[in-house]
Amino acid sequence: MTKPTVIVVGNGMVGYKFCEKLVAKTPDYNIIVFGEEPRHAYDRVHLSEYFNGKTGDDLSMSARSWYEEQGIMLRLGDPIQEIDRRNKTVHSLLGVSIQYDYLILATGSSAFVPDIPGVEKEGVFVYRTIEDLDLIKAYAATARTGAVMGGGLLGLEAAKALIDLGIKDTHVIEFAPRLMPRQIDSAGSEMLSSKLKALGLNIHLNKSTSHIGGTNNIEALHFNDDTTLQVDMLVISAGIRPRDELAKLSGLETGTRGGIVVNDKMQTSDESIFAIGECALYEGMIYGLVAPGYEMADVVVSQLTGGSKLFYSFDMSTRLKLIGVDVASFGDAFITEPDCRTIVFEDTHKGIYKRINITTDGQYLLGGVLIGDADAYNMLLQTVNNKLVLPPNPEDLILGSRGGAESEGAGVMNLPDDALICSCEAVNKAAICSSVTDLGITGIEGIKKCTKAGTGCGGCVPLVKDLIAGTMKANGQYIKNVICEHFDYSRQELFDLIKINNVKNYDLALDHFGHGDGCEVCKPAVASILSSLWNDVIVKQDTIQDSNDRFLANIQKGGTYSVVPRIPGGEITPDKLIVIGQVAKRYNLYTKITGGQRIDMFGAHLNDLPAIWEELIEAGFESGHAYGKALRTVKSCVGSTWCRFGLHDSVSFAIEIEDRYKGIRAPHKLKGGVSGCIRECAEAKSKDFGIIATEKGWNLYVCGNGGSKPQHAELFAGDIDKETLVKYLDRFLMFYIKTAEPLSRTATWLNKMDGGLAYLKNVVINDSLDICKQLDEEMQALVNTYHCEWKEVIEDPDLRKRFSHFVNAPEEKDPSVQFEPMRDQVKATW
Amino acid sequence: METLIDNWVLACRTSDIPENGGACVKLGDEQIAIFNFTRRGEWFATQNLCPHKQQMVLSRGMIGSTGASCEPKVACPFHKNTFSLLTGECLTNEELSIKTYSVRVEDGKVYINL
Repeated sequence: MTKPTVIVVGNGMVGYKFCEKLVAKTPDYNIIVFGEEPRHAYDRVHLSEYFNGKTGDDLSMSARSWYEEQGIMLRLGDPIQEIDRRNKTVHSLLGVSIQYDYLILATGSSAFVPDIPGVEKEGVFVYRTIEDLDLIKAYAATARTGAVMGGGLLGLEAAKALIDLGIKDTHVIEFAPRLMPRQIDSAGSEMLSSKLKALGLNIHLNKSTSHIGGTNNIEALHFNDDTTLQVDMLVISAGIRPRDELAKLSGLETGTRGGIVVNDKMQTSDESIFAIGECALYEGMIYGLVAPGYEMADVVVSQLTGGSKLFYSFDMSTRLKLIGVDVASFGDAFITEPDCRTIVFEDTHKGIYKRINITTDGQYLLGGVLIGDADAYNMLLQTVNNKLVLPPNPEDLILGSRGGAESEGAGVMNLPDDALICSCEAVNKAAICSSVTDLGITGIEGIKKCTKAGTGCGGCVPLVKDLIAGTMKANGQYIKNVICEHFDYSRQELFDLIKINNVKNYDLALDHFGHGDGCEVCKPAVASILSSLWNDVIVKQDTIQDSNDRFLANIQKGGTYSVVPRIPGGEITPDKLIVIGQVAKRYNLYTKITGGQRIDMFGAHLNDLPAIWEELIEAGFESGHAYGKALRTVKSCVGSTWCRFGLHDSVSFAIEIEDRYKGIRAPHKLKGGVSGCIRECAEAKSKDFGIIATEKGWNLYVCGNGGSKPQHAELFAGDIDKETLVKYLDRFLMFYIKTAEPLSRTATWLNKMDGGLAYLKNVVINDSLDICKQLDEEMQALVNTYHCEWKEVIEDPDLRKRFSHFVNAPEEKDPSVQFEPMRDQVKATW
Repeated sequence: METLIDNWVLACRTSDIPENGGACVKLGDEQIAIFNFTRRGEWFATQNLCPHKQQMVLSRGMIGSTGASCEPKVACPFHKNTFSLLTGECLTNEELSIKTYSVRVEDGKVYINL
């Protein structure tokens, strides 16, 4: 018996999702897909990311081979021209005729282009497909000013695309008196406009375009109010038109303003033909979002596989980031008093507007609008959809609870089991919670794999994460921040246990306080604790050290290592510079100045490390600990010795500080800086600790950070003398070493600290915990036990022996290491 | 795939491999990572190449175990992908896997079945 044939017309997101859902449910259909575009289905929701470097392939819904693997015949660039309903046959542009049992119209929509004189000119575009984007990209290369017609959701996306393409002078033209009139209220629109204006976008409201000027190419927009705007290009985004021409031609019922009429089974007026997505007209409405389109696909799959699922009007709540501004609208955003009570929060300084509409009895949330800060969106949407009873102070929903800390994620656990968490993939709360409880999944990636939640628009990901954490907590799984599966203690607890019990090695720690065989998480964490406590030579326990610490060098691409000798404060003599040059030349190393004012030598074979260090130590260098979670550098400006602005000698102080804390291991790396005046040439405020000279002494700043989440260090104490500063710094560092979580920098540590900077000052300056004496002693003990670990290695033949690639051929270097020349030096080939 | 014909090769002395850690040996043109899991009294051997970024580094990785069954594993020092020392399966990325070899220890010498 041959399988019945399902023909899908259209290979957009919804057409693709239909295929995916159908093959997941049954192998009993022969599926054929006709697509008009040359590409297989891609993600149109994230189209603007195409300009941020994403490729067509990145945006693809699936690999091209997916269709073949599923036994689906995919015909791209071959649109259906005609449906012969009597013989249940379709005819394609390229002359293919195939009979169908069921026909699925997923023809989507096209951009609506208003009938304005001049729209045919060069430089006028629509924003719909990757091909459109390619045309826009090519034209934008020579354009200086650009305009977008339409201030709706897609129009603002298009405006972002123009900005991303480097058109600084970008205008948005909206016919209505405000932006996004379909989604947000007028106060929200105003806030959005002013935020977008502040970001450099030009917004023109109440503007109706009369004609487009220019000879061949667009030169200007002329408006009905007799004003003119000179532009080099125009992107029209004035709404969508359902692609219903094929349906019309075939005699299917269509709406007067477009759209293929469907019932709640998504059936058209011909019961073997279905329509889904933006081409379908359900109860007089076109659904222009992807989630309802997916829901429609699901309904048809259910109908074809003996199910009884029907389509009901769909929630059009939406959250998106427009040019960096959070915008969300949910539930009934427009209902007004006296039909409801409205709570509004507005902060024009930060550009935040929040509105919630609640029932007149204050029991339930009806809907609302969020501009500038939409973090609460997921939870608010759930509160509406699940008719959760509101707390006594519903304003807490948008202001956060003030006074009395509320535990994070508690709210999500109160949702009913059937609460829809991921609307793109129709995953409810129970499905996510049972994945955690029954399958032991503990992370978002695992949930994505087994439920698909979060794989569509991604908007529900924070909510899914809260549910994972909440469920694990409810199961008693993850009550405290333990190090890993082998130690049921936090780092701070383990630190104290190891100290009190005088434990000196990892195996004993595992025997006494842990279980199992350990892993790559707890080994370096314990190694760091042991080092911070006893300051022994770390390579004596080499196999518990992290990658770089094991060989006291930074592993690089290709498996070679880099070598960084300490250059305290960035000060170095000509003789030492010459030695670095000689060593680098002898071992064929690539040299580069680092961000921390020292010199990095790359491309050293593991076997060569001891010999390289022998030469460096001979010349007076020490390990720079560039490989360790330890003090890296204390950067300095040249200071009062040479600089005519310098107030004090920043270099000498930096060297003193770097020498004091060198070699001390911590939960994460530590960086410092000393500037000789307020001009801050050492960039000390981007460091874990920063010291800046003042007229009266020094200012100490703490917990700054560069990296991916830059943060300025905060003023800890002002106008203090050197001795006081070192005392505070001792205590601050030791307190961090003892209490921070593994791999937590000082900035993160402070950000998570209850009481924040005020608490930290109280501990370090006022001794509120009565531990300062202890902190002082512990730090002094670390300072007193400093050793250059490379010196220890080169003087110990047993330790030295460990630096070979092949233990059965110690002289032989790794033959897979290859170099190629680059600018008179080498780089790794791999 | 199990080889049908045994091909035991002397790889190194037991003292060449650090306790609870690994080292690399060269056998012909092959680089083999050998792990001395002292804590479990077991020895393991795998290819030295991490298939994730094609780096010859697995022998320098930390070893440990995971899960209720205490599956022994090694973590690549580059990006911390972990591989089962029993099956060679990657525990963090199902698309990856490595070769594993049988190990025999006699008279302080380590033999690998290539």
